[in-house]
Amino acid sequence: MQMYLPIAEVSINALLVLGLGGIVGFMSGMFGVGGGFLITPLLFFIGIPPAVAVATGANQVVASSVSGVLAQMKRKAVDFRMGMVLQAGGLIGSAVGIWVFARLAVLGQVDLFVQLSYVLFLGTIGAMMLQESIRALRRAKKPGAPIKRAHVHTWVHRLPFKMKFRASGLYISVLPPMMIGAGVGFLSAIMGVGGGFIMVPAMIYLLGMPTKVVVGTSLFQIIFVSAFTTLAHAMTSGTVDIMLALLLILGGVVGAQFGARIGVRLRAEQLRILLALLVIAVSVKVGTELVLTPNEPFSLQVMGAE
Amino acid sequence: MIRAFAILIALALPAAAQEESIVVGLSQSSVSITTDFVGSEILVYGAVRRDAPAPTEDPLEVIVTVEGPATPIIVRKKERRVGIWINRDKVRIGSAPTFYAIATTGALGDILSETEDLRHRITIPSVIRAIGISSEAEDAPQFVEALMRIRQSEGRYRVNEHAVDLDEQTLFRADVELPADLTEGDYRVRIFLTRDGRVVDTIDRTIFVRKAGLERFLYTMSREQSALYGLLSLALAVLAGWGASTIFRLIRP
Repeated sequence: MQMYLPIAEVSINALLVLGLGGIVGFMSGMFGVGGGFLITPLLFFIGIPPAVAVATGANQVVASSVSGVLAQMKRKAVDFRMGMVLQAGGLIGSAVGIWVFARLAVLGQVDLFVQLSYVLFLGTIGAMMLQESIRALRRAKKPGAPIKRAHVHTWVHRLPFKMKFRASGLYISVLPPMMIGAGVGFLSAIMGVGGGFIMVPAMIYLLGMPTKVVVGTSLFQIIFVSAFTTLAHAMTSGTVDIMLALLLILGGVVGAQFGARIGVRLRAEQLRILLALLVIAVSVKVGTELVLTPNEPFSLQVMGAE
Repeated sequence: MIRAFAILIALALPAAAQEESIVVGLSQSSVSITTDFVGSEILVYGAVRRDAPAPTEDPLEVIVTVEGPATPIIVRKKERRVGIWINRDKVRIGSAPTFYAIATTGALGDILSETEDLRHRITIPSVIRAIGISSEAEDAPQFVEALMRIRQSEGRYRVNEHAVDLDEQTLFRADVELPADLTEGDYRVRIFLTRDGRVVDTIDRTIFVRKAGLERFLYTMSREQSALYGLLSLALAVLAGWGASTIFRLIRP
């Protein structure tokens, strides 16, 4: 079933996009991530112009995070106060990201920057996650091994502007969460991703938040950052394709529910290893495109009609 | 005096009025891009009107071109720097059509002379306006070639020699396919009659390609009320997210 997209100005197969949305939704339901890091490169791959893919990806992330947060709220696993602090940083980061994106578009280096971000961030996070989850799996097999202390005091706890985060059981400075929020907001604008894959490990390892509130809080914050990103892209470059978003979202929300059911049956460490491998695979795929000699070294950028 | 004037007109007439002129019809003068748009086929048909018997020395040939709206384009070239491929040189091309199709009765080189091509801008290289590009990069012509190569592989530029049917040196018809990835705008259809590489007559028609229905509504809104459009996209996302979790909660005990 072919469908003409009003903003992307390309004709795509609607069932293919529904399917892509479904697969990515399945992964996000299983692993508890937004799935933006998969959606955006897949949209490039099926011929959606990069600027439209990034902006529309952000819109899709809004839908999957709302769905996720509602599920987490029932379990009271959302730290709203922490979410707000992350948020404050997130908006700043997102605004800067959109400005950088527009500058890079003028220079013709958007693709390079997006690809490099993917390789760098996905590669690093994927490798860290893989290493950590393999270690956790080994530890689980050896009972009696020393368990890491839950609360380790680091430099993070010595910063000023401290605040109580009851749901997380933390009393820490607002600066680190704001910085994390800003970094994730920046990436969200550049890469069209929610940034859960960076946010979640940062909350656990840098802020020392308990794992049970991490996913809900990160999703809560991602809703607003990706909503802001979507709105900003719609208003500055007009690149959000609502029809494309609708197809992705429909496929995604259904896929997410099935993914969540499968996810419950798997062990946390196994899930994390699978997610790590997936993240690394995407990063390697994007990376090889940067290194291999392209079939067509030339590219076209259509400027506004006269 | 009057007689002299009449003679003058009579003498001038054969030169002013062409011996052969085109009468043309299009199967449609507008194309609506709706959600289910999968491309369109335009039938260009017509006849050659003659005031005198057809000259016999050189055969009549027909060239049909369909040209989409033109835009400026930046062509970039990737080069390897510290192991990765990045965009380096660029050339700005003043104007290139988003779509261009040529259909002819014979090989373009045989039926159209270079001077006539330059005058009427018929072939793909002559329709692309790349003036003053040589200062922008080394070997600038290869950037124009790349533009043509990429657009041809995308199906946006097409050359179909021998695709125009010509019967009895009088009736002609050509089918021009418009692809699904069509850009909105006015598409100019031109028909050229040639003999011995020389253009005998030419005629212009316009096909209006417009987004229609929902496509039109959404596109206009995204351009003219972008804030509202952005909010609508967000509302849709929130509603879908909330809807999905509610529906599945009801299904799942």
